[in-house]
This record gives sequence, structure tokens and C-alpha cells, in this order.
Amino acid sequence: MKLARRLLIGVPFVWLLILFLIPFLIVLKIALSDYAISIPPYTPTLDPAAGWDGFKEFFSQLDFENFTFLTTDALYWKAYLSSLKIAAISTFITLLIGFPIAYGIANTPDEWRPSLLMLVILPFWTSFLIRVYAWIGILSNEGFLNQALIWTGIISEPLVILNTNTAVYIGIVYTYLPFMILPIYATLEKLDASLLEAAQDLGCSRTGAFWSVTLHLAKPGVIAGCFLVFIPALGEFVIPSLLGGSRTLMIGKVLWEEFFSNRDWPVASAVAIILLLILITPIVLFQRNEQKQREQTK
Amino acid sequence: MRKLTWFNTVSLSVGFAFLYIPMIVLVIYSFNESKLVTVWGGFSTKWYGELLQNKAFLDAALVTAKVAILSSTIATILGTMAAFVLVRSGKFLGRTLFSGMIYAPLVMPEVITGLSLLLLFISIGMDRGVTTIVLAHATFSMCYVSVVVSSRMATFDTSLEEAALDLGCTPWDAFKSVTLPIIAPAVISGWLLAFTLSLDDLVIASFTAGPSSTTLPIKIYSSVRLGVSPEINALSTIMIGLVTVAVIIASLSSKISIARQKRDEYMANQ
Amino acid sequence: MSDASPFAPWRDPNADPLINFSNVTKKYGNFTAINNVDLKIYPREFFALLGPSGCGKTTLMRMLAGFEDATQGTITIDGQDMQGIPANKRAVNMMFQSYALFPHLSVADNLAFGLKRSDMPKSEISGRVEEMLRLVQLTDFSKRKPHQLSGGQRQRVALARALAKAPKLLLLDEPLGALDKKLRQETQFELMDIQEKTGTTFVIVTHDQEEAMTVASRIAVMDHGKLIQVDTPDRVYEAPNSIYVADFIGDVNIIEGRISSIKTEESELIWAEGQRPIRAQTGAGLAKGQRGSFAIRPEKIAISNDEPTDVHNRVCGAIEDIAYLGNLSTYYVRLANGTLIKSQVPNDRRISRRSFTWNDNVWLSWTDTAGIVLAT
Repeated sequence: MKLARRLLIGVPFVWLLILFLIPFLIVLKIALSDYAISIPPYTPTLDPAAGWDGFKEFFSQLDFENFTFLTTDALYWKAYLSSLKIAAISTFITLLIGFPIAYGIANTPDEWRPSLLMLVILPFWTSFLIRVYAWIGILSNEGFLNQALIWTGIISEPLVILNTNTAVYIGIVYTYLPFMILPIYATLEKLDASLLEAAQDLGCSRTGAFWSVTLHLAKPGVIAGCFLVFIPALGEFVIPSLLGGSRTLMIGKVLWEEFFSNRDWPVASAVAIILLLILITPIVLFQRNEQKQREQTK
Repeated sequence: MRKLTWFNTVSLSVGFAFLYIPMIVLVIYSFNESKLVTVWGGFSTKWYGELLQNKAFLDAALVTAKVAILSSTIATILGTMAAFVLVRSGKFLGRTLFSGMIYAPLVMPEVITGLSLLLLFISIGMDRGVTTIVLAHATFSMCYVSVVVSSRMATFDTSLEEAALDLGCTPWDAFKSVTLPIIAPAVISGWLLAFTLSLDDLVIASFTAGPSSTTLPIKIYSSVRLGVSPEINALSTIMIGLVTVAVIIASLSSKISIARQKRDEYMANQ
Repeated sequence: MSDASPFAPWRDPNADPLINFSNVTKKYGNFTAINNVDLKIYPREFFALLGPSGCGKTTLMRMLAGFEDATQGTITIDGQDMQGIPANKRAVNMMFQSYALFPHLSVADNLAFGLKRSDMPKSEISGRVEEMLRLVQLTDFSKRKPHQLSGGQRQRVALARALAKAPKLLLLDEPLGALDKKLRQETQFELMDIQEKTGTTFVIVTHDQEEAMTVASRIAVMDHGKLIQVDTPDRVYEAPNSIYVADFIGDVNIIEGRISSIKTEESELIWAEGQRPIRAQTGAGLAKGQRGSFAIRPEKIAISNDEPTDVHNRVCGAIEDIAYLGNLSTYYVRLANGTLIKSQVPNDRRISRRSFTWNDNVWLSWTDTAGIVLAT
């Protein structure tokens, strides 16, 4: 019994230690290493045989040079700022589009809702890459959208959308829309209809009841949805790489290029560490929000 | 109170149009005769034929299937174990670290997960290939599996296990003959989720793949970067079709079983 | 007052108990769930553990089932020390509060579940399952899954499954809690019937005092991990050993006062200036001159317009409230010193013929043996 319990805890624990925690520590170590010595076989190496001196030796070789480099080169902090901006704006647009859809589903008769929900979830099961790819054909200069707009006579010259930040916004909103709709729907669905009736009974108009009751009670779902869009959008690589142009700066893309094109592993690792530090705040806030909701439902 | 207003109708129509038009356009253009993807040249299925002749795509599909099946199976076993630990094990040394390691990969940007695993494989001198992708995929999808399974475990009536012990089962026997059959639906959906995540993953696979282990997303990505191609449209259509059929079957069968359950319960109380 | 039932092994000093708790304590961290319990339960008994939630009754039962170990003390079943013996190695079965029917197995498979894990030959299992189905009258339902059964049917499957292995001891955790009132009453008699037929020792955990009174041969009233009183239902009701028991079981009037005389048969309690002392049975642990409480059931108090002269205990007051319950009426009578006394009277005549109403002055009276003086 004791052995079984140890195995049950031990196997997934050790697996995660080796394949999640240790790799992460390696990234941290390389971020603190010099370019020259960070090419395999990585030095500085920790030599346990040398005891305390080995430790000192190990730490003395680490420095914050890569992080200093990140602050001196404008490319990096511009990329961080631009990622934050793109993630924030697209989260906001996703909310503007997602809320009415979630609200609409919550207001449809019971027998329709499962089918509508399935329609929201279906894209989630379909390949992410394919869904982003679909937009290339639509947004390109000769694409479906421009053809349609020219045909209807709204414009005479094709709009340049593909390879701009606009295309990145569209891509993020499109890809993460289900993540926004589902948590908002979940809170709206639980909303007791008699609350709205009570609000109207006490003198609210229908829209007044919406603003003072529905919107207020949907807040936890809205917050959850925003984080679920914002967090992955911040580190996004595929969307800026396929839909964005050469001037689209996003940190996921920068990291990828540092690693695969420039082969500068220490800088790539430092970029990763800073990205994580930026992400910690929204993640902690998200956790708080979830916890608060759980306590409320209890 | 639950009534569709015109506002609801409009936002639903526009919303679903936004979600589905891109995919519908993609599917339509996969049947385009013309090589020029933006010009309609008549109906044809020739790109499907060409796709099936394309050995590189077929090889990549095979690698992807192999990786997805292996990694989702490992992830399901580990994730189910982890779910048990999270829900049942109470306090133990390192519990906070353990749950942190379960939840962190869910929010970790893929580029970082991929980078860190690649650095691990290089530093231990492991050749990159199918094995490394499987390890990488199993690690991040086990976290998703454990979230799915542990939410089922949380509502599991532990007196069922106690009843099994009471009737003479050993703990392992009780798990095998009572717990597992009851949580099986959650374990299966965990497996499906892990499978889709693996099928879908580009970033982590790019970091951990070797030259001989190109997966389908890697292959698609490298051809898509050169622009729209009718072959990729055809491939996408096949993938969308498979997922749609699977999701429809799954939701219909769950709908039927819920309806049956409701009817049985109604009849039983008559 | 004497017990008329011939079945009373707890009176026989030579009888061997089936279950023996001696000095059993169970702690969870700093919380003491069971506090130094001594208890003997005899074969063929239908024994009820009664108490409010959190009193330790469920813990006591789970220790018998093998889901909890005692922190101190020993528990023996049939003379064998149970310490460290896991649930699956005990000749004890349990009927769970939630029934814990395996949802993926049919009724027959649920019943066979334990048998397949016993040393019963395969060929005999189906016969035993048939027998159990007949016992609980579910022969036609053997192929059904639990969700295809009504609440009452599920309850019977759970009972049959727990009895299938013919355990020495059957534990029932709030077995009727999920049933509606009418079904619960019917099922209580079925339970007693089955207990008699099978001759199994039953230990039932319940918070419902009526249920305990109906089914049990003896009741243990528990509070905060301790046994307060272990006795037959009539003794627990008529001769509670404490205010806690008197108050927990049924409805009771409590009048506080000072004990002015103690004899083995009866004691007297001074309760108000200028009133006669109350005469009642003597409870345990009383001392002359100390404070005490007189406890009496509302139905033992008679109500009349004129002063009764043939009984010692009589008081006068005004009717403050009347609760009409159909078969009974409860009169709330306020005495001159402010005490409120409940008197319950059967409505054996039509309500319009009732001879007293609100604000009437009435006399309450009771015999010398109707109530009991208890330590406060």
C-alpha cells in the first residue's frame, strides 16, 4: 500500500521534474551564460566533485550580460511592448465580439444551445495551423475579401491587410474567440433569470437590468476569458509568423528567430525568461480570479 | 426572460459567420481546378489526387500519427496518475511543487516549452527524432489530461471504492473493477484531447524534431510560408472533415445516452 | 418499566459479545472524534447509534468496517482483535448512505460482486444472487442498471448486496435517509423482518430518533465522541440519564429547581416560591440540596378546567398558544412564575367541543412516576 502510493506520486513527479523543471533550469542557466561558452558542451558546468569551490566557480561564470544586452538593443524591448500591445488590443476586440455571441447563446432556447455550443467548440478541435492558414487566402491582395469588396464596388484598389498587424489582430481574435465565449457563456448560463425579473420589478428597464445585473454578474467569466486570450496571445508565434509582416514584432517570433536563425541560445533563453516574468502577473491574477469564483460557488 | 432579441440574432449570425466562413472558403477552394488559388477555374478533385501522390506529406502524416498515438497514451497514463495524486493523496512533501508543475505547462508559451526541452535533449546528448517529440508532447499533454480527469475525480463518490473494499476487493482490484470503469469517459476524453494537441502542435515539435522526423504541422508550416497552395487546401479539407465527423458523432452519442438515461430514470420512478 | 422482551443478552453477564469496544479513542490531529468508548454489542442485536451529525457515530461504524483504525484501545469482533485488518479481510459488510451501487454493473452483477471475491464456488454464485433477489423482492429487476431503479429499489439492492456474503455483522449508514417519509416507515419494518430472517447482527447509524426507536433492540445516544446512554428504546425515552438524552429523543419539558429530598423511588424538587415541590422518579447522580432538572414528556401532562385533587403534582396557568396537529393538540401554558409548559392531548373529540381555548386558566397535572429528576 505504501509502495503503491509512492509509485503513484513518484512516477508523474519524477517525469515532470526531468521534463519540465530541469529543462526550465537549463534555460535559466544558459540565459546567464556567455555566448562563447554556451555552445555545446555547455560550460560553465557544475562539477560536484569540486565541492564548494566548484559551486563558486559555477556561479562566478554566470552573469547578467545577456539581460543587459536585451536592454541595450531596442529591438527587444520594442518587441515586448509591441507584444503586450497586440495581445491587449486583440483581447479587447475578442471580448467585444465574444460577449454578444455568448450572450446570444445563453438567450437561445434550451434545445438549441448544445448545438450552438458544439459549433463554438468545433474550431477548437480543428487544427490551429489550418485555421490561421485559412486567413492567408482570404486576406491576401488577390484574396477572397478583396475580390468581394472590389466586386461590390466598395473599393477599387485591393486593401493591403496580409503581412500587417491588422492581419495579426484578425488571426488572434479568430483563433482565441472560443476561449472567450465559453467562460462568459458559463457564467451567463448560471445567471438566475429571476434576478433580471427582480431588477425590472424594482424599476429597471430591460437595458438597465442588462447593464446593472447581467454585465456585473458576468464579470468573473469576462475576466477568465480575457486571461485565456491574453496569456497565449502574448507568447504567440504562429500567427505573427504567418499573417504578420517583417515589421510585426512579437516576442515569440523574436525568440524563434534568435534561436533558429541567429543561433544565439543565451539571448533566446534570456528572452524566454523575461517573457515568463511578464506572464507571471497575469497568470497570478487569473489564478486569484479562478479561486474567488470557486469560493463563491462553494 | 430567455428570449432571443434581434440583437442576439444578429450577433449570433455575424459571430458564426466569422468563425465558419474562412473554413468554408478553404474547403471550397480545395475543389478548385485552377492552380491559382484565388481564381475559380471549375470543380475538380485533382489536388486530392496530387496530395495522395505526395510522399513527403504521407510520410509526415505517418510520423504525426505515430507521435500522437504514443504521446497521448503515455500522457493519459501519467495524467490519470497525476489526477489521483492531486485529488486523493492529501498532503505530501512537494505537493505545491507538484501541482505547480501540473498547472504551469498549461499557461507556458509554447516557444519556451519547446526551447527548454530542446536544450535538455541537447545537454543530455539525446538525438532528436520521434522519441524526443513523443516525450515533449506527453509532458505537456499529461497536464491537460490530469486537469480533465481530476475534475471528474473531484465529483467521484469515494464510497463506491469503499463499497468495493468492503465486499472483498484489494485496493488495486477496486481501482480496476470500480474506479476505472466509472471514470473511463473522462480518461477517454483526456486521451482525445492529448491526441488532438499532439496532432496540432507545430512549435514544440519544431524544437524537438530531428531531420528525419518531420511532422505534418511542420510540413504544412514550411509549405504555407511560401503562400497558399491548393494541395494544402485539400489536406486541410480532409482534416476539417475528419474532425467535424468525429465531433458530431461524439456529441450525438452523448446526447443519445443522456436522453436514454433521463428516460430510464423517469421510467424507474413511475 | 420492565423489559418484556425475552431477547436481552446484554442483561446476561455470561453472554459473549460479538463486538467489543474497550477504551477506544480516535483522534484526527487535535480533534477527538471518539473519546474513550466502551461498548458491547451482542449477536443478533439490532443496535442503533444515534446522535447529531459530528457526534462520532459514523466514525464508530467506519472503525467496525475497517476504514478507520482506533488511535487507542482495542476493537474485537467475535473475539478477534481487528487492529490493522483491512476492510476487504473482514466478515463485516456495510450498506452505504449513498448506497454506493456500482453504476456500470447490473443489479445481479452488483449482488455477485462480493461473492466473486469470496471463496464461494462459481457454480453457487448465481443461486445465491437469485436468493438475495427474492429476499428483497427484486427478481424481475436483475438485468437493470442502478440508474434504472427507483430510490426504494436501489436501497433494497444495496441491502441485498451487503447481505449476500452472509456477514457476521451488517453495518447500515443512514440506510433510509434518502427515502421519503412514507417509504421510510414501510422499509423500517422490512429491515426488521430481514434482520430476523437472516439472524445477522445489525448496527445502524442514524440521526432520526424515530427510526432508531422503531428498529433497534438497543440504542446508543452519542454526543461529542462519547456514549451518553446505551439502553433499550423505552428506557431511553422514559428514563433518560441526562437532559441531553431527554432533549434529543422526543419532545420534553424541563423545569429547573433545587432537590429537597431523594429516595430510591422518588425525589422532590422545589421549583418556585409558594408552589408544592414536584415529585418524580430519581435519576442518576443526584444530591440533596443541589440544583436539578425535572424532565417530563408533554403527553404525560393532563390538562383540565378544574383543579384535580387526586394527584400530588398540579400547577395552574394560562393557555398562551394552541398547536392543532390533527390527531393531537399541543397546549402552551404559561405558569405564574413565567415557565412555559407544553401539554399534548389526543383530539378524541371534535375541535368545536373543546372545553378550553386561548387565555383560559387551566390546571396541569401528572403522576409521581410520569417524569424524572435529572442532574443539571
